[in-house]
Amino acid sequence: MNIKKYIKVYKLFNYTSLSIELEYQVNIFIDLLTAIFGLSGSIFLLSIFFSNTKDIGGWSFEQALIIQAIYTILNGITNTWFSPNLTEIVKYIREGTLDFVLIKPIDSQFWVSFKRISPTGFIEILLGFVILIYCFNINNITLNIDSLFLLFLTIGCSISILYSLWFLISTTTIWFVKTWNATEVLRSFLYVGRFPLNSFSFPLRVFFSTVIPITFITAIPSEVILGISTFWKIILEILVSLTFIISSRRFWIYALKFYSSASS
Amino acid sequence: MHSNKIIELKDISKSFFVASKEPGLKGTLKHFFKRKYNEIKVVKNINIEIKKGEIVGFLGANGAGKTTILKILCGLLYPTNGFISIAGYRPYERKAEFLNKISLIMGQKQQLIWDLPPIDSFYLNAAIYGIEKSEAKNRIKFLSEMLEINKELYLPVRKLSLGQRMKAELLAALIHNPNILFLDEPTLGLDINAQANLRKFLQLYNKETGSTILLTSHYMKDITYLCRRVICIHEGVVTYDGNLEKLLTKLSPRKELSIICKSKKDIESLKNLGLDIKNVESNEITLLIKKEDIKKTLKNILNKYELEDLQISEPPVDEIIGKLLTNK
Repeated sequence: MNIKKYIKVYKLFNYTSLSIELEYQVNIFIDLLTAIFGLSGSIFLLSIFFSNTKDIGGWSFEQALIIQAIYTILNGITNTWFSPNLTEIVKYIREGTLDFVLIKPIDSQFWVSFKRISPTGFIEILLGFVILIYCFNINNITLNIDSLFLLFLTIGCSISILYSLWFLISTTTIWFVKTWNATEVLRSFLYVGRFPLNSFSFPLRVFFSTVIPITFITAIPSEVILGISTFWKIILEILVSLTFIISSRRFWIYALKFYSSASS
Repeated sequence: MHSNKIIELKDISKSFFVASKEPGLKGTLKHFFKRKYNEIKVVKNINIEIKKGEIVGFLGANGAGKTTILKILCGLLYPTNGFISIAGYRPYERKAEFLNKISLIMGQKQQLIWDLPPIDSFYLNAAIYGIEKSEAKNRIKFLSEMLEINKELYLPVRKLSLGQRMKAELLAALIHNPNILFLDEPTLGLDINAQANLRKFLQLYNKETGSTILLTSHYMKDITYLCRRVICIHEGVVTYDGNLEKLLTKLSPRKELSIICKSKKDIESLKNLGLDIKNVESNEITLLIKKEDIKKTLKNILNKYELEDLQISEPPVDEIIGKLLTNK
């Protein structure tokens, strides 16, 4: 793979995508307001849960706020990269324009995953980091190099799991064509990631750790920040993310064999 | 010549499994719970060889299998059976070296970015094909001059007319200088002038670059203008592969000779020459004459009779091919 070429193409993807987005100024303003109101609503909901109790599943409000911050960052990443691209796969398949992707000397998974970028998600990422820094203050956290490395490693794994989940569902479009609803179901499952894993009943904890590993995505980086994460959990997250990334890649290559292109 | 061969298909077949549905609510419910799949053979054991630099037209009615063959050729579809080689590559493997050599243009689909000027799509494509910016600039200049498109390159695609958009689509598809072009109804929806311009461009491009062009079109003018060789497809089977002129001669071996004579006596005399008569109307007679006999017959008539007017015509190509495609 020619990395230089891919970097160049990625820059052009970003340029063309941003040029399209910036054509619609009002949209950006509306998305900014949506992100602020959405975040305020989530924090308000979290405060209601903690209004009559000091901790849920061993997590105080200040600690749970870290999960909310991580969730907001990851949701911003989803809105910036995953959602605009992976929902577009449905369009590529329905209209048969995937033909133009497949006849180009470029990795088709790279194309369908990174062609578009939505700058409105940046606002959420920024807000997520603002809350995270605030959480460092209220929880008196100072991160050393090791924990900072572990934080980035676990966030990287979380992004990989999140991407793979989106991509696996979107790939099924090749057979079922209309899988837009399935990505919406995934999105609603992702809301679970805003709360500590221990706040759920045992069967739900098992479900959200194994079947759809949503809680891995936010809980483990938050535990790393608080210094309460165990070594095996981090290793497990790395293994889960690697499994998901490899599976999504293999599934895409397998699915392309069934691509029948839209009739003309 | 063997070395000249760029495309080779041996016993290529392609089947799809399509769910069939009975009409009505009962049929819909049945279709939802228990689908019945039928195997549809879209392409059946076809054998084709194409030489470098040829322009070949695929003819066939809707659903005959032309587009499926084109998609197998450019690697978008896996053939169910058979052997396929294009410039020494198996298209379905979609190797970068192979993809660098081909291009696909579809009249009914577009690859240009709708909200941006075509020039942005050109530079994106250039980067994908690993073409340096300066080289891409030269290539865009060369092709835009050939296509007679300039200021339109800087307007958003959505603001362009269909003809301008098609030219820009062509430019985007040719930026990497492909050796083999697959064109699926490239003139679809274009007005007469735009169609003519596109045909001229394709002919010129073939002449200048020596590229091989495979074309499907429902407009017979595209085929007659560009292709010396045609491949007729009917229900997934190649029914004819060869020279277009020969095909037309085979399907319509006679020309129409319409003669207006000065006297009715001459008309009566012409009737008794033993030639096939299509029509007689006062002092006008239309004769059907074999193409190889036309010179001799014409010479005889001109020597013998005093004519007021004379016209030689062929049945319209659309009509002849139409009959072939519908198997009449």
